[in-house]
Amino acid sequence: MMRRALLLLPPLLWLLLLVAAPVAILAGIALSESAAGVPPFRPPFTFDAGWQGTLEPLRSLVADQYYLDAFLRSLLVAFATAACCLALAYPMALGIAASPARWQMPLASLVLLPFWTGFLPRLGAWIGLLRDGGWVNRLLQAAGLTSGPLPLLYTEGAMLLGMVHAYLPFAVLPLAATLLRRDRTVEEAAADLGARPWRVFCTVTLPLSLPGALAAFLLVFIPAAGEFVIPELLGPPEAMLVGRALWVEFFQNRDWPLAAALALALLALLVLPISLFQRLSGRRAP
Amino acid sequence: MRWFPGGMGSRIGLVLGLGFLWLPILLLVGYAFSADRIPFQWGGLSLRWFRALAANDRMLEAAWLSLRIAAGAATLAVLLGGLTGWALARFGRFRGRALFGLLAGAPLVLPEVVTGLSLLLLFVVLQGAAEAAFGWAPGRGAGTVLLAHATLGLAYVAVVVQARLAGLDPALEEAAADLGAGPFAVFRTVTLPLIAPALAAGWLLAFTLSLDDVVVASFVSGPAGTTLPMLVFSQLRMGLTPEINALAAMVLGLAALLAGAAALILGRNGRVGDSAG
Repeated sequence: MMRRALLLLPPLLWLLLLVAAPVAILAGIALSESAAGVPPFRPPFTFDAGWQGTLEPLRSLVADQYYLDAFLRSLLVAFATAACCLALAYPMALGIAASPARWQMPLASLVLLPFWTGFLPRLGAWIGLLRDGGWVNRLLQAAGLTSGPLPLLYTEGAMLLGMVHAYLPFAVLPLAATLLRRDRTVEEAAADLGARPWRVFCTVTLPLSLPGALAAFLLVFIPAAGEFVIPELLGPPEAMLVGRALWVEFFQNRDWPLAAALALALLALLVLPISLFQRLSGRRAP
Repeated sequence: MRWFPGGMGSRIGLVLGLGFLWLPILLLVGYAFSADRIPFQWGGLSLRWFRALAANDRMLEAAWLSLRIAAGAATLAVLLGGLTGWALARFGRFRGRALFGLLAGAPLVLPEVVTGLSLLLLFVVLQGAAEAAFGWAPGRGAGTVLLAHATLGLAYVAVVVQARLAGLDPALEEAAADLGAGPFAVFRTVTLPLIAPALAAGWLLAFTLSLDDVVVASFVSGPAGTTLPMLVFSQLRMGLTPEINALAAMVLGLAALLAGAAALILGRNGRVGDSAG
């Protein structure tokens, strides 16, 4: 027992120092007053002066329409991204599950590989494809659909496209795993009893895959809600999402308490989806 | 599979989806070999931009820094994450297990901006404390990025190792112990060889995560610690240049190699569903 405690100690201390303490400090700074100096805030509590905290940063999140809009927009964008990913991922996962066993692993690797190649190269590709003289615009012009280049890059559409492209692998894999594990005899039974293919799909396959679909949706929704890089590189400047607002408050306005308050609010919004996701994945784990 | 709906439709969906995923990447790789100074414009076959890249000292310096950070963070992540995954899978119900599991899983689900900001605030507080105590504190830079990336990697390695151990029969270890092997011998001769593939795959995962991270690194780094993704991000903000295009093609090649290695390692003893967790 003693030896186990010794083995547990290094990761436990590491996690306490680098996961638990930072979140506690974040909460502390969200309660402090912004001040000139390095670092640019007044600690909410000191032994000399006692409690000096303020709810001002948190209050300004609710009072200012700008931040409310940012939260709303982030949730909308995350929802749209997750919905598009799910719509694209479902047939892909079905296709993987329906292919011969020896093809399943290579196909899953093909889906996963773009995730390993990193965000930035793929976003670079979309910048090159969508800019005024880029491939997409040249194709559109060659097809005679437009006479001049359409403004495609730095729009909400480009941002959504980039997000879906980045997160699609996250959605396909849990769905494929669920569909592979499903009990096919239930479908066969439904078919034997006279149900047509579409009816089998709608009444058996689809309901059986719902937990996997929900997990896939959340796996995209959670990171998408706080996304910063993709809106910054592909989206319009006015698409102020939470991740971006936080970045601006921190790096440009140097308002650390407000940035911390934004981070806390984002966490609070995501607690529900995160715990739902953990319950789903906990149930599926052995 | 006569009754299976969309056997054809889902196959078309799969092909279209894979096309959507891969087309931009393949075009990017192809155009890296174009001589034209406008990216995604064909100007004849040339290695011009790879040569330009090789002469770009700032880029090379950032790449070297990123590789060292990634290797160090991945190694730390494997040591700590391996212990974490082992404890979660094999130590039964110890006191504080729920908290331990929560902390180990948190970096997987926290938004990057939250992780980055909270870690930076920790480092600032620690620096302040060190300054008050010793009158001097180490600056932020490569070291703080390494600590942050090791923490992210730890969480991923723990998941991979825990999943691997959960799929193994504890009887293997118990048998060794019954036959008289001490706890250390059991670990070295039974557990470690069994989880070695998971550790290797976890190392690669942590390594690529570190090489790919812009957000957390931007928060916790200092003036002396510009990593490759930070540099690429700042250039992409201005638009795509052919040099970045060539770099992206090289990163893709490296990632394909690493992912191939990981697939080989995991493929030997895993199925699709195991790692999708």
